[in-house]
Amino acid sequence: MGPSGCGKTTLLHLMAGLLRPTKGTVSVNGIDISSLTQSQTDQVRGRQIGIVFQRPHFIQSLTVSENLRIARYMNGQKLSKQEITELLNKLKIGSKVHSKPNELSQGELQRLAIARAIINKPSVILADEPTSSLDDAHCVDALNLLRQQAEHTETALLIVTHDQRLLPFFSNIIQLNSVKQ
Amino acid sequence: MNIFTISYKNLKAKPLSAMLNLVLFATGIFIISFLLLIKNQFESHIEKNIAGINLVVGAKGSPLQLILSSIYQVDYPTGNIKLADAEKLKRNPLVKQTIPLAMGDNYQGFRIVGTNHDYAALYKGIVDIGGLWKNDFDVTIGAKVAETASLKIGDHFSGIHGFMAEGGDKHDEFKYIVTGIFNETGTVLDQLILTNISSVWQIHSHHHHHHDGDADDDEGEEHEETAGSPHHEEMDTTREITSLLVFYRNPMGAISLPRNINKNTNMQAASPAIEMNRLYSLMGIGIQSVNLIAYVIILISGFSIFISLFNSMKERKYELALMRVMGGGKTKLFTIIILEGILIAVGGFTIGFVFSRAGILFISGYAESNFHYSMGNLFNAKEDLLLLLTSIGVGLLASLLPALKAMRTDISKTLSE
Repeated sequence: MGPSGCGKTTLLHLMAGLLRPTKGTVSVNGIDISSLTQSQTDQVRGRQIGIVFQRPHFIQSLTVSENLRIARYMNGQKLSKQEITELLNKLKIGSKVHSKPNELSQGELQRLAIARAIINKPSVILADEPTSSLDDAHCVDALNLLRQQAEHTETALLIVTHDQRLLPFFSNIIQLNSVKQ
Repeated sequence: MNIFTISYKNLKAKPLSAMLNLVLFATGIFIISFLLLIKNQFESHIEKNIAGINLVVGAKGSPLQLILSSIYQVDYPTGNIKLADAEKLKRNPLVKQTIPLAMGDNYQGFRIVGTNHDYAALYKGIVDIGGLWKNDFDVTIGAKVAETASLKIGDHFSGIHGFMAEGGDKHDEFKYIVTGIFNETGTVLDQLILTNISSVWQIHSHHHHHHDGDADDDEGEEHEETAGSPHHEEMDTTREITSLLVFYRNPMGAISLPRNINKNTNMQAASPAIEMNRLYSLMGIGIQSVNLIAYVIILISGFSIFISLFNSMKERKYELALMRVMGGGKTKLFTIIILEGILIAVGGFTIGFVFSRAGILFISGYAESNFHYSMGNLFNAKEDLLLLLTSIGVGLLASLLPALKAMRTDISKTLSE
């Protein structure tokens, strides 16, 4: 939790291994990812960390199922058709398997982004402002979905946000403040 | 899902731009490949028909014309030479073997050539049905002649004066009889009707006789005329043949023989190798400039691939960052973009390659009926491979910079934009 510009996203990127810390270490599941090589970090991130971004971006030239499959492929694993169908059905977008991302509604995209984040059964899900562009109803929907999936797969869930609506749903809250220089 | 499908789908997502690049590349490859085929076919055709002939001796005139008429049977002969002169040449110690040729008539456009059995052996003509000619007016015909003119063993036909299927006088008084058909040799033999020289002489002496009776004599214009003088048929001194194919006994022949003939007799000697090289160098300029244009087209296409990839990097920055987030290494991204360039190049190569073959087959169908030449093999492993490697190289080069750019994508910065 924290105001814009206080470094929430930077912290998230550090945790995901997208940025390298200049000081200190970042450990994921006991692995110090800040001391790994670039490609090792890529591997760990791909397998251990699921990320949901503020805006649901997908690879436009691939279909929904291919977008899930590529998430596995990129870190060298295979994904069966059955797994995809099960997951998409659970998230109620099973009928869109062969659609392209640009044919999906905003809510469907959000659900697909969650599907992609959990497809590799990560140990932690990082979400960057997942609800900031959603209205109240969808906000709660998306949040519940994230929580359900995290609980279901026994995954830690960390949300970075400035969205006050989310406050009541969480027990552990870290408040970041911007330091005036 | 693999790198290949990702690259392919990315290209498919932009069909118009992919199509343009593909068409450009294919056009360049098509032209180069097509010219290469034509050149190879032509050269192998030239080579095959020279069949070791060192020298062609005929009447004075254009040496190229002499070669074209006596070896390739395409141009008109330069005139006739005296049989006695030819016989004298045969006895020259530098000469190993000679084959006389006498021509002047055709049947349905196929030349009737009077010669000896050595000529058939020269092109490895194996008699398929029947046998070689024995008596006057026996003919053994090439495979293509038998097929096109639908002649069978025992068929009779009469020749037409000159080398055009229509328009010449018909020699109705004498009928040739088919006694043998050659197997296909892939040489000029396939297009010829072979008989003995004496038959050609007899037909033309009669022909002359016939015309001599006419008030208005038009003998003079027949420069391709073959036969001996009509009034002294029995005298060997006035017998004439069209040309003589000469084989040297040793390389010394090449040095002195042609010069000797050209200087001291009223005949000319032409070397097929030299004349054909002259022809190549004339055609070479044309082929080279078209080739150059084709390479420029490929270069432009490479540039166009580069621009489309480079432009798409901007739109795909987020996607590339996403792939990195999913655990895709830098090399994977690099490979995906490189592969997109190579896919276009190899695709263009394949299209150009296939179309050039189709084009050759089309033209060869046309050429066989009009020029009596068949096209042989369509593949030349070494040159095709070289062209494929060049294509891959262009694709690689065109996608190198965009791929490097993709590899260097700053994930954190891109994703927080």
